[in-house]
Amino acid sequence: MSEWINNLIPIAWEWPGFLLTAIIKAALLIHIPAVGALIFIWMERKISGRIQDRLGPTRVGGRFGWLQTLADGLKLVTKEDITPGKADVMLFRMAPYLSFAASFACLMALPVAAGWVAVRLNVAAFFLLAVLGLEVFGVILAGWASGSKWSLFGAMREAAQVVSYEVPIGLCVIVPVMICGTMDLVTIGDMQAGWFNNWLVLHDPFTFGIFWVYFTCATASVNRAPFDLAEAESELVAGFHTEYSGLRWSIFFMAEYGSMFIVSALAAILFFGGWHGPVPVTAIIHNMAIHSMGFEIGGTAPFWHFLANLLGCANLIFKATIGVTVMIWVRWTLPRLRIDQVITTCWKYCVPLSAFMFVGVLCWQTWWGLPSPNREIRGKIREGWVQQDESVPSGEVRADGSAAETQITYQAGTRNYEGSN
Amino acid sequence: MIDLLTSPISVSHYMVVGALLFVTGVICMATKRNALGVLMGVELVLNGANINFVAFGSRYFRTESLGLDGQLIALFVIVLAAAEAAVALAIALNFYNSHATIDIDRADDLRG
Amino acid sequence: MLLIAAINWHSFFFLLFALVTCGFALGVLFSSNIVRMAFYLTIALGTTSGLFILAGAHFVGAMQLMIYVGGTLVLLIFGVMLTAHEGAVLMKTRAGDWVVAVIAGGSLLALLISAAVSIPTWRSNEVTPADLTADDSHSTSSVGLALIGVRTDIATEKDATLRRGLSGYLLAFEIVSVHLLVVLVGAAYLARAKQRLATTGDV
Repeated sequence: MSEWINNLIPIAWEWPGFLLTAIIKAALLIHIPAVGALIFIWMERKISGRIQDRLGPTRVGGRFGWLQTLADGLKLVTKEDITPGKADVMLFRMAPYLSFAASFACLMALPVAAGWVAVRLNVAAFFLLAVLGLEVFGVILAGWASGSKWSLFGAMREAAQVVSYEVPIGLCVIVPVMICGTMDLVTIGDMQAGWFNNWLVLHDPFTFGIFWVYFTCATASVNRAPFDLAEAESELVAGFHTEYSGLRWSIFFMAEYGSMFIVSALAAILFFGGWHGPVPVTAIIHNMAIHSMGFEIGGTAPFWHFLANLLGCANLIFKATIGVTVMIWVRWTLPRLRIDQVITTCWKYCVPLSAFMFVGVLCWQTWWGLPSPNREIRGKIREGWVQQDESVPSGEVRADGSAAETQITYQAGTRNYEGSN
Repeated sequence: MIDLLTSPISVSHYMVVGALLFVTGVICMATKRNALGVLMGVELVLNGANINFVAFGSRYFRTESLGLDGQLIALFVIVLAAAEAAVALAIALNFYNSHATIDIDRADDLRG
Repeated sequence: MLLIAAINWHSFFFLLFALVTCGFALGVLFSSNIVRMAFYLTIALGTTSGLFILAGAHFVGAMQLMIYVGGTLVLLIFGVMLTAHEGAVLMKTRAGDWVVAVIAGGSLLALLISAAVSIPTWRSNEVTPADLTADDSHSTSSVGLALIGVRTDIATEKDATLRRGLSGYLLAFEIVSVHLLVVLVGAAYLARAKQRLATTGDV
């Protein structure tokens, strides 16, 4: 985008183009936690109402109470800003923004369509996991800085929970990374192009199981019920955010709903094809671009490409919303787990299950060589492998001591597994 | 001063940052009375060393850089620092449980 | 205005991150409230990760965030909160200790900085964009392969002597894995809940 802006505006410097691009991308991304929180809170209230056989908000903004969350937001903004007497004021004020910053920084590396990502990182999946784990700092500091022991207890429980669940989440995320051979989320998404048989969740039974373990651990990691003991209303008043009111509280909640969206979007990209839907819309649109329907719109291909990406983006957001809806559904259906049950679930159930399935996926692809519905990945090992290149003469002794007749060269790309070595 | 902003960064700049972190860590280790403050000093020292390793391993600054070796050594340092922090914290908590204080100036006898 | 045209933005961001890192590290040093020290250390190490990424070590930067900031520092903050009752939060150092420490630290700093700026090949940056070819030899897959013993940058190393020294890190990887297991067991044992010796009769 920055090259396009730079070509548009005839200044000699290139930094205004980059700056404008950064501002536009940040402005687009801020809509996800801000507007997303608005919509998800409304959905939560409606869905929870229906599950509990009542209606939910119905007055503000017409029959369905669309604008209820906006009205609540306005109310929160106008509330008095209270700081407890024994609070550490600087840390008390800093904590919500720390949580929100961690949640928002994840959006930097999350792609929404093929090539539409704020920063295309080589280590995107890993970076996302790392930054999601930083959200716990805001929680701990909030619990400490509130100056009350109930907040501190809630914060410590939540920190223990989030840090414990990072282990099975890491194992679960490694499985699609291992299948695709790259941590780059754009590449992982693009490898699932086509019909829904290419989705990694259908790659083999172990990946199917890993998806369910991932979803459970992701729900625990964002502190949603049934793992939400840290903010359990019936026990700890409100846990770490007891002393927060008004705008500071709403920032915590934007961070929470933002994280829910991010883990659901990550599940969609890793397991459900990301922006490639059950139907290959992108390929259809590209075919339409090639037989460009008889008219050109100033260079047809960029327009249709943009349209395909836009539909992909909508597809991903739809899948992530389904994930969030399932989390909301589970919250109002299942009873809450005690903190020792939460930690037991992590260490005695999720970690062994995910480790077992990880080994299963590994064996499925390499040792047993069983097929999978994904025709692109099936039978190929997706990574740059070292190949024996006989064209390069040598006489060198290899670093590990073995004398080689040929020199090892690094050959990027794929190597056919059934082919010769 | 202006040429800090206009000229490209070299290894020396990274080494100065590394040296600052290292010395800050050393003074932290020497002056803090809280055992966890001393532990924070150790973390700063290790990070100063890591910055040096990564700077020498970066191919943006020197044509014949350490390459992957710099990054891998930094990786191992991070992992070992995590392990050492865990054990140090366990020891500090044990000390707190038996002496009811975390002040290292009070750890002056060998009685358990 | 001419300055803004000539700014090297890589240097600008390096300076920004370096100032934040050093500033918050000094904050750790000069603060006496243990919880604030932990918070400043978190920010200092987070911006160190930014410095790593600016030097091109993306994997190490992400590892720093995940392991150091997201693991070690959370552990440290837990320890701080478990031991920070009223009266233990603020501990002031005696002035004599400060004098000795500053003298020792200051001389070490002078030595290190003079070493850093004295070597000419370290002071100048001679890398041209042509040197940074499109080889991905520093990508994550190279790091991963090196950890299992396959060095992919043997192919791009021009000096034959250096090429023979490029070894894999498999043994170190295995040793560190076992070391982590030992530390896990050991720390869990050390920190187990013990019966307090009942000196006053109540536990």
